[in-house]
Amino acid sequence: MRIALVLTGIALSLAAPFFVYPVLLMTILCFVIFAASFNLLLGYAGLLCFGQAMFLGLSAYMTGLMLKTTGMSIELAILASALISAALGAFVGFVAVRRSGIQFAMITFAFAQFVYFLLLQSEFTGGEDGMQGIPRSNLFGIFDISDSMTFYYFVLAATLLVILLVYRIVHSPFGEILQAIRDNEVRVESLGFRPERFKILAMTISAGLAGLAGGLKATVFGFATLTDVSWTVSGEVILMTLLGGLGTLSGPMVGAGIIIVMNDELAQFGEWALIAQGIILILVILFMRRGVVGEAGALIRRIRSRKAN
Amino acid sequence: MADTEYALEARGIGKRFGEFWAVNNVDLKVRRGAIHALIGPNGAGKTTCFNLLTKTLQPSTGKIILDGEDISRLRTSDVAKKGMVRSFQISATFTDLTALQNVRVALQSSHGSAWRFWSPISSIYKLNERAEDLLEQVGLADARDMKAAELSYGKKRALEIATTLALEPKVMLLDEPTAGMGHEDIEPITELIRKVSRDRTIVIVEHNLSVVSTLSDRITVLQAGQVLMEGNYAEVSSDERVIAAYLGGVDDAA
Repeated sequence: MRIALVLTGIALSLAAPFFVYPVLLMTILCFVIFAASFNLLLGYAGLLCFGQAMFLGLSAYMTGLMLKTTGMSIELAILASALISAALGAFVGFVAVRRSGIQFAMITFAFAQFVYFLLLQSEFTGGEDGMQGIPRSNLFGIFDISDSMTFYYFVLAATLLVILLVYRIVHSPFGEILQAIRDNEVRVESLGFRPERFKILAMTISAGLAGLAGGLKATVFGFATLTDVSWTVSGEVILMTLLGGLGTLSGPMVGAGIIIVMNDELAQFGEWALIAQGIILILVILFMRRGVVGEAGALIRRIRSRKAN
Repeated sequence: MADTEYALEARGIGKRFGEFWAVNNVDLKVRRGAIHALIGPNGAGKTTCFNLLTKTLQPSTGKIILDGEDISRLRTSDVAKKGMVRSFQISATFTDLTALQNVRVALQSSHGSAWRFWSPISSIYKLNERAEDLLEQVGLADARDMKAAELSYGKKRALEIATTLALEPKVMLLDEPTAGMGHEDIEPITELIRKVSRDRTIVIVEHNLSVVSTLSDRITVLQAGQVLMEGNYAEVSSDERVIAAYLGGVDDAA
């Protein structure tokens, strides 16, 4: 059943650009990666990073800078930028992991605001105007993928790779330790581990993945703006994760899809989009604590166990 | 070094919080292979003393010697690697992991696989057999695939012991293992502790004096952060200072 779902999902995503505006689809995919990176931290390591946008935004600008000023092929520019974000993640992690809960969240928030300020002040980012005209260079230096339809499949391939990677990390020896730390950090330490080191690695990987999302996003739109580094984006990814289902692999991805489509549909109503988001968040917290995917899973289990009886 | 008479020694350890000495100049010698209990009225400094021994707290004064080696400045995780592992007063399982996974986490500690985020989980299935053995030892063979959160309180404590045993500790420090337990759970856990105490040294902080009397070879009584006396249960329970300390305090001696 699970395999059938996955195959259906892949088939749908392959056919989707013939029916839906590809840029909207690509935006969803970028945020699917972004939400997955966030979920790795909050859902599996219990770390609430309230500055995830810094990794997204920094990498978006870096990708733009490399593509505009060098003749790098597109995948190298995005990967290099993701590595820069990963390095930032390692550094923020190093400072922040000794604290937990709300303190951890506030330290990461402070770092994100600092990165925002740096990017606002830097010459190369274009400040308030953002960085415009980011080109899509050739894939591997050979293949022209600048057409939206082709580019969609590039983004889709990257997204599938990230999903596989996150799946592997969550279901790895390291992932098991990470979940143990989430459940009881002190106990993990008493068993001879240094939890803070595992959390730093988790931050690094998560930041790298968020960076990947940022690099892709910059090439999807051809520009990078301060919005990508703003705290509202850091907040939005929390909303996506909770809406979809924290600590489930597919939940945050579904959440990302819902929020992006909703933003797109509600854009015509301006600020009302935010109010709608707020109402949805309240409803989810009150009635669907496990998120859309979490509740659906619970429902299926309930039906099955009823059948079994 | 392994044949020193004492597995664990504290020499003049003390812990100060502000102006207050919670533990002051405590000497403790835990004989190899013994079950050594720390008791005392509330506020006597048992828990602080325990936390010093486990290196959860850093001592303000004094030295802690494990197997002849000074561990005063090491952290909990290092001490665990040296073969001294603690348990917790409130049950300390990994609630969202299965019983098997709980034990496997501990087995990974010495297995060197913990960093492999690129390996599939099946790469550590070879630890399962050992984990199942340990679950069997504590009577949890049936609970292998149940999440720790779904286990009863007594079974959670048993799971903790299995997890601790996975490290093959030479010294186990147990913080009130029967705290919060109903009568029906106390006896099996006491029995389990006795069973795992073979070839091991155990230090136990315990409120329940009947548990102390059945388990311990040696008892150290603390009062006001200092050692009041040490002896076996008969000596300790008949000592007038101990009786006075227990009756004199506003306290639950039972």
